Amino acid sequence: MPTRTISAALGLALLLAWAGFAWALPADLVLAVAAGKSDEQVAAVGRLVVSGDAGVEAYFKALLDGTVQVAGGKRVLLVKDEQAADAATGEKVAPLPEGLEDAVVNNRLRGALESAMGALKLISPDRAERLAAVKTLEDGAGEEMLPLIAKALAAEADPQIKKSLALVQASVQLKSADAAMRMAAVKALAASDNPNTKTLLLGLLEKKGDNFSEPDAAIRAEAQDSLKAVQSRLSVGERISQVFTGISLGSILLLAALGLAITYGLMGVINMAHGELIMVGAYSAYVVQNLFRTQLPGLFDWYLLAAVPAAFFASALVGMLLERAVIRFLYGRPLETLLATWGISLILMQSVRSFFGAQNVRVENPVWMSGGVEILANVVLPWNRVVIIGFALAVLLLMWFLLTRTRLGLFVRAVTQNRSMASCVGVPTARVDTLAFGLGSGIAGLAGCALSQIGNVGPDLGQTYIVDSFMVVVLGGVGQLAGTVYAALGLGMANKFLEAWSGAVLAKIAILAFIIVFIQKRPQGMFAVKGRMADS
Amino acid sequence: MGPLAQTVTRLYGRRGWSVLAACAVILFALFPLANLAMPKGSLFYISDYTVALTGKIMCYAIVALAMDLIWGYTGILSLGHGLFFALGGYMMGMHLMRMIGREGQYQSELPDFMVFLNWKAYPWYWSFTEHFWYSALLVVLVPGLLAFVFGFFAFRSRIKGVYFSIITQALTFAFMLLFFRNDTGFGGNNGFTDFKRILGYHVATSQTRMALFMLTGAVLILTLLFARTIVASKFGRVLTAIRDAESRVMFSGYNPVHYKLAIWTASAVICGIAGALYVPQVGIINPSEMSPANSIEIAIWVAVGGRGSLVGAILGAGIVNFAKSWFTVAFPEYWLFFLGLLFILVTLYLPQGVVGAFDEIRRRIEERKLGQAVRGSAA
Repeated sequence: MPTRTISAALGLALLLAWAGFAWALPADLVLAVAAGKSDEQVAAVGRLVVSGDAGVEAYFKALLDGTVQVAGGKRVLLVKDEQAADAATGEKVAPLPEGLEDAVVNNRLRGALESAMGALKLISPDRAERLAAVKTLEDGAGEEMLPLIAKALAAEADPQIKKSLALVQASVQLKSADAAMRMAAVKALAASDNPNTKTLLLGLLEKKGDNFSEPDAAIRAEAQDSLKAVQSRLSVGERISQVFTGISLGSILLLAALGLAITYGLMGVINMAHGELIMVGAYSAYVVQNLFRTQLPGLFDWYLLAAVPAAFFASALVGMLLERAVIRFLYGRPLETLLATWGISLILMQSVRSFFGAQNVRVENPVWMSGGVEILANVVLPWNRVVIIGFALAVLLLMWFLLTRTRLGLFVRAVTQNRSMASCVGVPTARVDTLAFGLGSGIAGLAGCALSQIGNVGPDLGQTYIVDSFMVVVLGGVGQLAGTVYAALGLGMANKFLEAWSGAVLAKIAILAFIIVFIQKRPQGMFAVKGRMADS
Repeated sequence: MGPLAQTVTRLYGRRGWSVLAACAVILFALFPLANLAMPKGSLFYISDYTVALTGKIMCYAIVALAMDLIWGYTGILSLGHGLFFALGGYMMGMHLMRMIGREGQYQSELPDFMVFLNWKAYPWYWSFTEHFWYSALLVVLVPGLLAFVFGFFAFRSRIKGVYFSIITQALTFAFMLLFFRNDTGFGGNNGFTDFKRILGYHVATSQTRMALFMLTGAVLILTLLFARTIVASKFGRVLTAIRDAESRVMFSGYNPVHYKLAIWTASAVICGIAGALYVPQVGIINPSEMSPANSIEIAIWVAVGGRGSLVGAILGAGIVNFAKSWFTVAFPEYWLFFLGLLFILVTLYLPQGVVGAFDEIRRRIEERKLGQAVRGSAA
């Protein structure tokens, strides 16, 4: 009969399949988990986990699902849909034996089982699964997991997982009742370069009431030593990241001040609207971003490539308009220029507020700029900061090239040095003024585009940078590109180092005070242009 | 003519003194009568709001006078006068805070913000501020000393022009950051408010307000006379000379540093006094008074009225601030547009301000009259 043959074949296949999944767990442990006393249960879970046998997971899952039954207090069965299998071997048991009782899973056992289930994933071939497993263990793992962790640690190849896992191991060991194990853990931690190690070790040295949380004085002394070792290793990283944030702030200051170095430093125009030109650049980046999102969603990651020139030209255009409409009437009257440009800045700010709203707008980083590059365990350099440092350098080079290697640059320098003489030899001074002002404004726009990647973009954006950028230019010395660079980097570094020591606001105040005092000593800034004018 | 009479005529002519007297009558007789004696709703009644607004603007006018002395006459554009103003206000505020006594939210001897910060005692710089006259002394001393020390170093190293403006702006900015901190002990970004009494009188009553108003008016007139005395003196001539050609003044044997330092410090002290009058009338002082924007606004008051004419400073402060209080009620979004335009148009087209424009008009009318007279006699 064909049907009978088919069913027989199916049955054989099923049997084979079943046999293929069969396993061999130590029966005493299996029984201990299902029917032992609470302590025995948890210990047995730990020992079962280490075996790493394929049946463990199925068994634990069944326990959590409540489908495990104990036959006559001896044999543990997985019962599902009237089918039963031996939990220790996976063999099918039919018919169902008499006197079945549900295995009791109390909360403590449930917790141990769940953490064990998580831990089992430590040896999964999938990296993401292993990472998730480590994360669950970080929330708290029992001592029974130690053998498994050790096993996983030995097999682990991924450095990130390995590091977290080692830390989990140490934290479990530190909670152990066994003083020797705690001692070993403390010693092992001395070699760690993970910043979290510090909290772990500090926890040992903390006092709880009258007693230390670590009762053994020898271990405490060892912990002290390990802490020192870890700290000295970490401090290198901290130094590096401090220097990096200093350079990063310096590059931002440089970008904000470079445009001013042209308009104020070279042309002598006090442009209080410089901050608002930065803001215009940032909002251009925002508009380009939105255009890309709606029109070219596929190329969204590359919107910055379009935003950079857009920001430059938008700000340059606004700047040139201002120069033609207002500033050119005020050359040689710096105080009046200051007031008029302040008025311009108010108008620009209020226009943006009316047009885009008073709230900050959101400018998203492209994917390739998010995240960072890890150079040490506790040093991650964010990509957006790295990119901005590079960008500032590029802008600086471009400006240097424009000013020293092009005809426009030659004209700008000529007009700066002697306007009437330049005019006599045929330099169109009015046009040079407009173009130079446009260039300075455009660079402000570039700064705004860069700032949109790291901070809030709002109508008040410019106000935050105007005092800083003037400080940079004044400190560096008017009319000097090199001075601007040194001043920006120096201020950025000084600010960050002071910040670590005294807090952000006091650092800022100290810097301002320093500049005020410095200017008394060297009124022309760090790099003064030498001259013989009585009034200079 | 006696020496006093001589001084009097040198300050103002007959017409000037009459206008001043008329102003005094308005301030010291009309306002109190119309505010306190007239029933509400009467045609001649002046509301408490108008009194408070006018009082506030008179404080600004005092600041504008100080600014005119340093900018209009000496040519130094200070972007730090908001700081001196606020410092004077804070000094008075300290006293007013102590006068709250146990009437604060927490019924503590300490001001509420200190209770909030869990402080147990006043910091040292609050000592003796419960005495009114000591606080009044601080109002003069603190801005004065700061200005003196800052000016001493700045003028000695011959910092001038825009450099000086930018440095004063940095100073103001640094102080604003400092006062925004809670740990500085001046109430952080909330500053001082909820004042209860001054010299034993409740600050919110119409009578106290009117007394403060009249006091402000008196100080304004005295400041005007003081400033006028300065600019009409030889000292004032040197100041103007410094403005127009500092090197020449120096080469003629004067040391501009002394002159600049003196007028700079005096100007700061005047600002401090104005701030001290301002705080009890407005009822609040916080670090935003020190924002760089406020200091630049002071310059525009003077520019609108007309630099180098003391009356212009008062006029400018009045015009701009009445416009501001009208705009911020009627068209709040357009106030900044208006203010911005004011900055631009005044610097471009009204370099001598309103007073200068009036003078120009008067000059033209007289020229025309003269021309007619000449033509008439020729015919």
